Amino acid sequence: MRPLFYMPKVTELHINGRTYALQADADESLLSVLRDRLGLTGSKYGCGEGQCGACTVLIDGNPRRSCITKVGAVGAKSITTIEGLEKNGRLHPLQQAFLDAEALQCGYCTSGMILTAVALLDSQPNPSEDQIRHFMQGNICRCGTYPRIVEAIQRAAAASKKS
Amino acid sequence: MSDERQPEFSVEPERYEFDAGPVYHFDKTGGIGSPLALGRREFFKIMGGGIAVFLVLREGHGAQESGRRSFPIEENLPKNIGAWLHIGEYGVVTVFTGKVEIGQNIRTSLSQAVAEELHAPLEAIQLVMGDTQQTPFDMGTFGSRTTPTMNLQLRRVAAAARDTLVEIAAKAWKVDASKLVAADGRVSDPAAHRSVPYEVLAKGQTLAQAIVEGDPLTPATQWKIEGTSAPKVHGRDFVTGRHTFPADTILPGMLFGKVLRPAAFGATLTALDAAAAQAVPGVTVVHDGDFVGIAAPSELEATRAIAAIHAEWKTSPQISNRELFDYLKKNAEPGRERDEKGNVEAALASAAHRLEETYTVEYIARVPLEPRAAAALWKDGKLTVWTGTQRPFAVRDELAQAFGLASGSVRVIMPDMGSGYGGKHTGEAAVAAARLAKAAGKPVKLVWTREEEFTWAYFRPAGVIEIKSGIGTDGTLAAWEFHNYNSGAAAIGTPYEVANQRIEFHPVHSPLRQGSYRGLAATANHFARECHMDGLARAAQMDPLAFRLKNLKDERLKDVFKAAAQKFGWGQSPKSPGHGFGMGGGFEKGGYVATCAEVAVDRSSGEVRVVRVETAFDCGAVVNPNGLRNQIVGANIMGLGGALFEAIEFADGRITNPHLAQYRVPRFSDTPPIEVVLIDRKDQPSAGAGETPLVGLAPAVGNAIFDATGVRLRALPMVPNGLKA
Repeated sequence: MRPLFYMPKVTELHINGRTYALQADADESLLSVLRDRLGLTGSKYGCGEGQCGACTVLIDGNPRRSCITKVGAVGAKSITTIEGLEKNGRLHPLQQAFLDAEALQCGYCTSGMILTAVALLDSQPNPSEDQIRHFMQGNICRCGTYPRIVEAIQRAAAASKKS
Repeated sequence: MSDERQPEFSVEPERYEFDAGPVYHFDKTGGIGSPLALGRREFFKIMGGGIAVFLVLREGHGAQESGRRSFPIEENLPKNIGAWLHIGEYGVVTVFTGKVEIGQNIRTSLSQAVAEELHAPLEAIQLVMGDTQQTPFDMGTFGSRTTPTMNLQLRRVAAAARDTLVEIAAKAWKVDASKLVAADGRVSDPAAHRSVPYEVLAKGQTLAQAIVEGDPLTPATQWKIEGTSAPKVHGRDFVTGRHTFPADTILPGMLFGKVLRPAAFGATLTALDAAAAQAVPGVTVVHDGDFVGIAAPSELEATRAIAAIHAEWKTSPQISNRELFDYLKKNAEPGRERDEKGNVEAALASAAHRLEETYTVEYIARVPLEPRAAAALWKDGKLTVWTGTQRPFAVRDELAQAFGLASGSVRVIMPDMGSGYGGKHTGEAAVAAARLAKAAGKPVKLVWTREEEFTWAYFRPAGVIEIKSGIGTDGTLAAWEFHNYNSGAAAIGTPYEVANQRIEFHPVHSPLRQGSYRGLAATANHFARECHMDGLARAAQMDPLAFRLKNLKDERLKDVFKAAAQKFGWGQSPKSPGHGFGMGGGFEKGGYVATCAEVAVDRSSGEVRVVRVETAFDCGAVVNPNGLRNQIVGANIMGLGGALFEAIEFADGRITNPHLAQYRVPRFSDTPPIEVVLIDRKDQPSAGAGETPLVGLAPAVGNAIFDATGVRLRALPMVPNGLKA
């Protein structure tokens, strides 16, 4: 008899410059795989519907909602999560800017905010305030830290210009 | 630890969730344990050597016996502990409090309080919060009470610990303690040019001390660490994803839980076929009373297994949000919290202008970005649950009751969580996870979906508010009658001087489950009162600021109105077509707030845009200005949602907009520039500040919309569909 929940398996993912071996249903969400199978809990569940941005990761540099991305659709593409931004104990400029501007309250949206902002600054190194708001519109902060998040992104943009 | 209750304060009537019975009724089969109680020797065996100071609350056992302000503990730890602190032999200061961090930054400000009085660097302080095994009993983190209570308790404990350290040094050096100085984590003897770090003084000690009353505390004018913008404790863990929120808990061999949800509120299960789910390897199905849930090896399998269950429910017709306000008025119970003085009828009859209005407030959801989550682990008949809650001790008791355990056999640990806003006062997720874990024989984690969070949490109460008032020819308030139906009694009293007033709260048996929300009914009551005041100002042909100041005596409240107005440029900014200015403010939970707003309304498209906001806030001596500003700006942004567009829609026991695509919360594009004026009153005790800054926003925006358009909006939310001509 065919098992009730049979699906093809995903056996390998490329995350934060590492190759992970795993056994996951192709139908599982990328978010569940990251959190539950690989212990990368920095990506958060907020709505499961792609509406809040808490689960945002970068796939080949593009911000994607990992909660509505099936792991079977990722293939050999490279995934970046919040855990992959810090290099050799040095924070990514956006992480540093969020910390310096104290652009968080409960901090649950922070991973998704930072990764979305990384994608923004990669495509537009010097965005206007309106461009920042427009790009970040899909990310929700229920604590209402939006003005500081805009400020943090501006700080990070300015810092990368200097360096 | 002690289980005796803290001194009672009156809990507001709209905290309905506090009185609600258990959600599930299980067969009681658990074992019986006993609450943890340690002697001094066992205590130091666990904690390691050093110095411990316990703050004993009012009527502490030992205090009566000794009759002293502070006393050493020889054997048993005291009962009725409020907070405690341990200085270890390696210089780590660990502070234990039942309060919890939910984004309000209290971990940071309480650390500042300890560092301030201990005269130690902030980095040396570690807070253990909301762990029912380690921290003293606490009613919960709500009502803006952490700063006015726990901040003081921790300062007292820290001050006593500092005195103890000085005494140890004085004894060792054989000098008078008054000649010694404690600073930067060391005790120094300036005359002899010698000093010793705290950890050296703590080494080899097993000294436990209880304090009953307060030592004199450092006045705010002399603060060195409190009053500064200390950066958020553990901030780096949040930007790196390293912080473990309750939903991030991972336990070895853990399964994933799901609850089968009824077809409607109040539905009863009439048929259940779980064979298909039961047949899947690794899946445990639990059917116990009215609870049906499953535990499965992965989230996906859990979701599929729940979908494979066939259930039939008996539902009953229930009202929808379209009939809501009519229902609330018709089903009101006799008034509670009634307050009356003077003769309202006579004053109304002789008033120069009268105004009578009805305001309404819809149910709204808090939408904490981290939904309710719990991970449960059974071991040797004892239960440990990691969960996001503002009341870990209440959840512990809920678990103990559900499983027939002694409270000492249950441990609830509350990792700093992804916000609450008053919404995480109850333990449904914890109880469900524990029930599933018990059946599966493995740890179970259960995280609510967003739809569950929208549906099965409780809502901010909807309400109807009726106001009748009268003023004299000179704009003096003469009569004030205010009735709140269901939404709540917080800030129901007017801060304005009125000789004749009647104020009444009318509870209603709510069609939806309702409970606490950031600021409680202070938001609804301020919205109605402050919009009505705007109407009265216009009837008196007075400027809204001048009208308020004329009818206020409270200097602190006058000061915030003046400060907000001045920084906003009230009465000075030129008005563009379609733009309007408004203000609103008041007093609640020790905080004074005034907010001014500018809006732009496009009557052809119906778009209402908040252009800018200015909030002045006075919560006494400011503990952390940067954290406070974050709270004030955030409260205003959260307030925008309830003011403009948030509303729960429901019919026949179902929420019909339980998704973020349907229920709109404020986003980047909704956020205007928000300026903050902090009035730092170093002569006043510090009050909590997480809630009250929210309450001025809705009336300020409503009054600005009236100023722009001449349309008085009397319903929250005000413009869910815009404001077309």
